Amino acid sequence: MSLLAAAALPDSITFVIAAVIVVSGALGVVLMKNPVHSALMLVMTLFGIAVLFVEQDAQFLAAVQVIVYTGAVVVLFLFVIMLLGVDRREAVFADTFHGQRLFAGFVGLCVLAEVIFLGSRTWTTGAPTVQGSLTNQGANINVIGNSLFTTYLLPFEVTSALLVVAVVAAVVLGRRHRDPADGAINEHEEVQR
Amino acid sequence: MLATTIILPTINYTAILPELIMLGGMLVLLGLVAVIPRDFSTKTYAGLTQVIGTASLVSSLVLWHDVAAHGAFQAVAQAVDVDGFSVFFLVLVSAILIVAPAFAADYLHDEGIEGAEYFILALIAGAGAMLMGAANDLILVFLALEILSIPLYVIAGLNARRATSGEASMKYFLLGAFSSAIFVYGIALTYGATGSTNLADIAAFLSRNVIATPGTLYAGAALLLVGFAFKIAAVPFHMWSPDVYEGSPDGVVGFMAAIAKVGGFAAFLRVFVSALPTLSSIWEPVVWVLCALSLIAGAVIALSQRNIKRMLAYSSINHAGFILMGLIALSSRGVASSLYYLFAYSFIVLASFGIVTVVAKANSGSAEIDAFRGLGRRSPVLAVFFAIFLLAQAGAPFTTGFLAKFYVVSAAVAAHSYAIAVIAMLSAAVAVFFYLRVVLVMFSGSETEDAVGTPEQHPIVLSRWVWSGIMACAAATVIFGIYPLPLINFARAATLLFR
Repeated sequence: MSLLAAAALPDSITFVIAAVIVVSGALGVVLMKNPVHSALMLVMTLFGIAVLFVEQDAQFLAAVQVIVYTGAVVVLFLFVIMLLGVDRREAVFADTFHGQRLFAGFVGLCVLAEVIFLGSRTWTTGAPTVQGSLTNQGANINVIGNSLFTTYLLPFEVTSALLVVAVVAAVVLGRRHRDPADGAINEHEEVQR
Repeated sequence: MLATTIILPTINYTAILPELIMLGGMLVLLGLVAVIPRDFSTKTYAGLTQVIGTASLVSSLVLWHDVAAHGAFQAVAQAVDVDGFSVFFLVLVSAILIVAPAFAADYLHDEGIEGAEYFILALIAGAGAMLMGAANDLILVFLALEILSIPLYVIAGLNARRATSGEASMKYFLLGAFSSAIFVYGIALTYGATGSTNLADIAAFLSRNVIATPGTLYAGAALLLVGFAFKIAAVPFHMWSPDVYEGSPDGVVGFMAAIAKVGGFAAFLRVFVSALPTLSSIWEPVVWVLCALSLIAGAVIALSQRNIKRMLAYSSINHAGFILMGLIALSSRGVASSLYYLFAYSFIVLASFGIVTVVAKANSGSAEIDAFRGLGRRSPVLAVFFAIFLLAQAGAPFTTGFLAKFYVVSAAVAAHSYAIAVIAMLSAAVAVFFYLRVVLVMFSGSETEDAVGTPEQHPIVLSRWVWSGIMACAAATVIFGIYPLPLINFARAATLLFR
């Protein structure tokens, strides 16, 4: 029993450290004034989540988390930020509605209280799934591959539709539009605005 | 033990054929656009979309026959249900995709939005809406929700020349992405509490086990509720809808309004009735409040709108309240009445926005209520049709709108939810006022009141496309209003596999 407690202790220490990293990174993303700093804070959050994955014995997911999210996605974010111009400061903190921030703070505190309430007690959780159990199931990758191609086969395939949407949407929104040949549409535009 | 072989689940392709036709047709369209040297006109693409919609309608009806003959079943590793409920949505979404291109073809051409993009996005959204009705797994529900929503965000911003279109798209995207994130969190907590994402397994787990400290489960269900309420624009998660409807390109708003509600309600009804019925004492009061707020706010705020598109947006919120009443009843009758209402609503809203599109175009893009002044003299037939659709929304007899309202209210009364029934009746009475105001403006507006911006008084010329769309919607609204039996039986038979 004492062995178990000793083994559990490092776990909770790791968890607390990783959780602090995740939460402070998330706060940093929102609070940093410079978008580059925000993106770097996001890297911190994602690393923290990777640590949490390792703690759950999900090493493969942790590796994917680091490679895909921190390696590819955030780097892409940074590229976009660089291309759009880092030094351009936008007045995103303008308070358009009176008392909006006060209300947001109040609602935020309510949500925080709810989360703390949920987190501070022990709640019943459901039966562990067959896919989730990592004993006698082979390595991480085998388990993931197995559930992807059996239980979650259709969701897995349907994801491809989502990728097609992303491509089409990016092309539609990013395409440069031809100027209208006749002036009628321009006039129209003025009216609409 | 290392698993060396994976036994793939058998895939019943006919069970997901309508979705496959939608996605396959979309890919064909995409490939076609890539290889042809010069773009076809939007009318060609609209026609092709209608062909794809018809093909998927046929395969849906075949599936319907299958289900009626052999009973409901599950397919592809229990990921989708093929029951009366899902087939109803397959048929409805196919029908929407047959009608909607008729209203968009001319509009897109006139606005200079050439190309097949809208139709490709509409087909993907259609496949998403179909999957939402069929999904038996929360992960699939989420993916379907995204497949439905992301094309709609882009469709809202299709008109790159107008700032309002971009604004609508941006608002819809940011709020929609936020609500999707909330929805995923709900899935995660529900999974944590029940140990499964499969709806049938969740229901089975909850019926076998009594959860002593159900905080996680309640939180999960609440977040799922928020995600769905956003998609169907129920008050207080409705803020996006008037702005998005107003700013989006006129000719596509009807499609957006119909498909988002249909898809949202499909999954909403299935998840809450089929997976979480044991929690109904918890979520029913919450849905009751959402329903009452939608009924009241939708009707009251619509009263003060000067823009017809905004007015129709608020009236859609009111309709969402009515459809929610079927969920409150929590009976197969309630679900059937919701389905009937969704069917009626889809065609009425498609045609209403279609007519607003042509009238706005004839009034240099203005969809203000004054644009409709004197429409009864200018284009009497068009005005009569618009009056029919407005009165159908108000719940006039001999239209599907009346029967739809009647069925949801009677389902609520049968479930002893008298208070909500009274609220619904009162809100319907308020709603009659703003629908009739537009009708009166159309038929009585005198020239002396036209101070500024007098519209040209020559009749509005409609193309065959728009006429065919209006006729189809009018037929669906009036024929099923006078002879509703086939549709009622269809909705009654559209029961859920697990309840």
